[in-house]
Amino acid sequence: MNDALPSFVPALPEMFLAASAMVLLVLGAFQRGPHVAREIGWLGVVALAVTAALVMSFGYERKVSLYGMMVTDGFGMFMSVLTLIGAGFAIVMAMRFNEREGVARFEYPVLVLLSTTGMLMMITANDLISLYVGLELQNLALYVIASFQRDQTRSSEAGLKYFVLGALSSGMLLYGASMVYGFAGSTNFDTLAHTLEASNASIGLIIGIVFVAVGLAFKVSAVPFHMWTPDVYEGAPTPATAFFSIAPKTAALALFVRVMIYAFGELVDQWQQIIMAISVASMILGALAAINQRNIKRLMAYSSIGHVGYALIGLAAGTPAGVRGILVYMAIYVFMNIGTFGVILCMRREGRLVEGIEDLAGLARTQPMLAAALAIFMFSMAGIPPLAGFFAKFYIFMAAIDARLFWLAVLGVVTSVVGAYYYVRIVKIMYFDEPKGAFDPGIGREMQAVVLISAMVILFFIVFPSPIVGAAELASATLFPG
Amino acid sequence: MQSWPLLTLVTFLPLAGVLFILVLRGTPADVARNARWAALWTSLVVLALSLVLWADFDPTQADFQFVELASWLPAFHIAYHLGIDGISLFFVLLSTFLTPICIIASWASVTERVKEYMMAFLVLETLMVGMFCALDFVIFYVFFEGVLIPMFLIIGVWGGPRRVYAAFKFFLYTLLGSVLMLLAILAIYYQIGSTDVVEALNRGLPPGLQTWLWLAFFASFAVKVPMWPVHTWLPDAHVEAPTAGSVILAGVLLKMGGYGFIRFSLPLFPIASHDLAPFVFTLSVVAIIYTSLVALAQDDMKKLIAYSSVAHMGFVTMGTFTMTAEGLQGAMVQMLSHGIVSAALFLCVGVVYDRLHTREIARYGGLADTMPKYAAVFMVFMLASVGLPGTSGFVGEFLSLLGAFEVNTWVAFFATTGMILGATYMLYLYRRVIFGVITRADVRAMLDLSWREVAIFAPMIVLVLWMGIYPNSFLKPMQPALAKVMERVQLSLHENAAAKLAER
Repeated sequence: MNDALPSFVPALPEMFLAASAMVLLVLGAFQRGPHVAREIGWLGVVALAVTAALVMSFGYERKVSLYGMMVTDGFGMFMSVLTLIGAGFAIVMAMRFNEREGVARFEYPVLVLLSTTGMLMMITANDLISLYVGLELQNLALYVIASFQRDQTRSSEAGLKYFVLGALSSGMLLYGASMVYGFAGSTNFDTLAHTLEASNASIGLIIGIVFVAVGLAFKVSAVPFHMWTPDVYEGAPTPATAFFSIAPKTAALALFVRVMIYAFGELVDQWQQIIMAISVASMILGALAAINQRNIKRLMAYSSIGHVGYALIGLAAGTPAGVRGILVYMAIYVFMNIGTFGVILCMRREGRLVEGIEDLAGLARTQPMLAAALAIFMFSMAGIPPLAGFFAKFYIFMAAIDARLFWLAVLGVVTSVVGAYYYVRIVKIMYFDEPKGAFDPGIGREMQAVVLISAMVILFFIVFPSPIVGAAELASATLFPG
Repeated sequence: MQSWPLLTLVTFLPLAGVLFILVLRGTPADVARNARWAALWTSLVVLALSLVLWADFDPTQADFQFVELASWLPAFHIAYHLGIDGISLFFVLLSTFLTPICIIASWASVTERVKEYMMAFLVLETLMVGMFCALDFVIFYVFFEGVLIPMFLIIGVWGGPRRVYAAFKFFLYTLLGSVLMLLAILAIYYQIGSTDVVEALNRGLPPGLQTWLWLAFFASFAVKVPMWPVHTWLPDAHVEAPTAGSVILAGVLLKMGGYGFIRFSLPLFPIASHDLAPFVFTLSVVAIIYTSLVALAQDDMKKLIAYSSVAHMGFVTMGTFTMTAEGLQGAMVQMLSHGIVSAALFLCVGVVYDRLHTREIARYGGLADTMPKYAAVFMVFMLASVGLPGTSGFVGEFLSLLGAFEVNTWVAFFATTGMILGATYMLYLYRRVIFGVITRADVRAMLDLSWREVAIFAPMIVLVLWMGIYPNSFLKPMQPALAKVMERVQLSLHENAAAKLAER
């Protein structure tokens, strides 16, 4: 590849997605009509689907392109597809909400597409520079999405908070990246992976790695860098919260794994303790802090912190089994969250969205199907078999035992029991308590489909686990060349 | 081996009933009636199929029969592996026998959300049967823990006034126990490279690891059995659960712990079991005496029977860890007997509760006059619970005591004291409820057993007497399998002793 121009084929998904976002923006600006936002939204979903097909066409093979800035491999493919699925569902879930809240603007799907482009760039980044560019593209769009309901103070507040803390963490990441460049002499992951050795790790390099890790921990909202999460989750419009908890988290975790396992893989002894510490802290805080929450979006924020803690066990293991565990975990997590937020978006009473956990009281009588779906998601999040959430934890703990991280595994299962309390409490409120009045009927056909699809995935994962687990197996292997 | 996947059918047929009930439509009364009948017929067909299982079972074989093997997660050597031997056969039968009884017992007493109630019981049946048939650790664990979901809902939705507390306590206690077992299962997986139970049994595990794994499994099973001091969830769960919920809880769910000890703890970790047997004996003896005394002081009928369950299960754990042929058989019979007797006792409480809506012992008295049939039925089960010769309770307690006597006379001595206490609290309960003078008008107006209640109790009485008079029908099929467990234990203990000797 000594031609004047490198082959752009591996970047096709990102390029296509960015181009579609711009086309849709222009289309939306010139289109008139009452349903513009909805039409643009569906077109956005189509664009995401085409992108997913493009991503999948590359297969599991590892290929570095664009002068080493970008890599396509099975791991990237798996995470990209998950992100795209999450983004697609987020657009669909937002449609009716935005219409009802009077913020049905065509910019919403466009912004989702733009941030998803950034996420794909993050996932396929093979260099600290391209990583940063992808991250910032994603973040800029996300800040706007958080404050999309701009006439509400709490939405604007969420956007501002997200922006300030996001900028801070990006700064740390960039600082760490420059330290790494200074001490290792390169920002390219391949070069880093080949030149770094456990024996010659200088203290400056380690400080750089720590700063990179801190920046990434901010992005995946792991304790102690989680403070922004509950506020942003609560303040942002609910479809945006759903999007935040799914797509950016998947992408950031993918990035975290690639940087740590691939680029700094030789220095596993140096960073393993950091990851273990934030993993334990996230699991404990996720389990304890959620117990007293009254707002379901806040509860989901803490729940997502806890889930990241479990996923990080896989990273702490630092083995192919650990990465496989993360991939399976994220795949199941994405569907659990899509479903749960789908139900949360159906929680409206007298035309207003309600967010209190107590508002779910007696849902099993007023809307049995919705209650059954939410019960499935909650038991799954608690990790009770035969639901998919159990298998997510199963593969993670499998990796922990394999890597002989026994105490981490024991802590993990104990916090999962504590966490089970608040998940099961939601089931209790829906099934055991007296109804407080029904939610508004007519949740919309697309919302029914969203909840139904994710409930089916969670319920029947046990029957057909092979597609996800098999793909995760192949994908995790590509991160460990040779 | 056979053309029909009989075990899969028995396990998953209830789910077909669930699907059928799920699609029922119509007026609430119609749906409730159809749901009841659909659940009853499903459970009866499952019972019939499980009886075919018993008829076709070869009682001379120690190996697993009706084995089914299908690939599920081939990359991890985790397979859908089912099979039963003499140990699991009777637990499968117990589950399929008690489910229709529960459904009939809730016929009139459950009037709210009947559809969901019946679905929960059928799902529960699938999970219970599947758990006893599973020959893969992951499959076993999925069924073992999956039971929590329907049981949590049964206690919480259809339970008594403190149902929420009881449901949570039940859920979290058992969950905490079982997650530790999950880690042990994963450790076994890395030790032998598969989660197949048969393979694990054949390969054995290194002695150094056994103690840890034993403790992790013990945490799970001890909570389920339940053993003192982790038994406190049981009285709450029993008191608050609806009658049928208590029946299944006492009849089958408690047996999961005992089954786990015999199926996994003994043959997989023989050295640890041997080393830690005194620990189990201590807990069992404390459970037998302490909970018997507590039972003596109860004013709530259900609570009394719940505490008596803990005492009776103490005999099971004691018999199991004697690791003698008598002890093991005694533990098995005791579990089967307790499964029927305590279930029947809870149903007896349910009968009077349905009429007077209180479980307070002092509110009753003199029922022998107004309810003679009920008094007779209650007497049979009360005596079986006490362990009167000729009833199933005697066989179980006698054999487990025999086993204990061989190993440690003091254990046998204290356990026998517990038997005397058992007779005391049961007879005392019987006297207060059945005899005496009727002082209240509402007690005088109570009606005797209806034909439906008679239909529930009749087969249970037959079984209790059958097991007491001719226990061989039950002992014979389980003997080869138990002998195999014993053989594994002895072999491994000998090897270990030899290895230790060689080290010196």
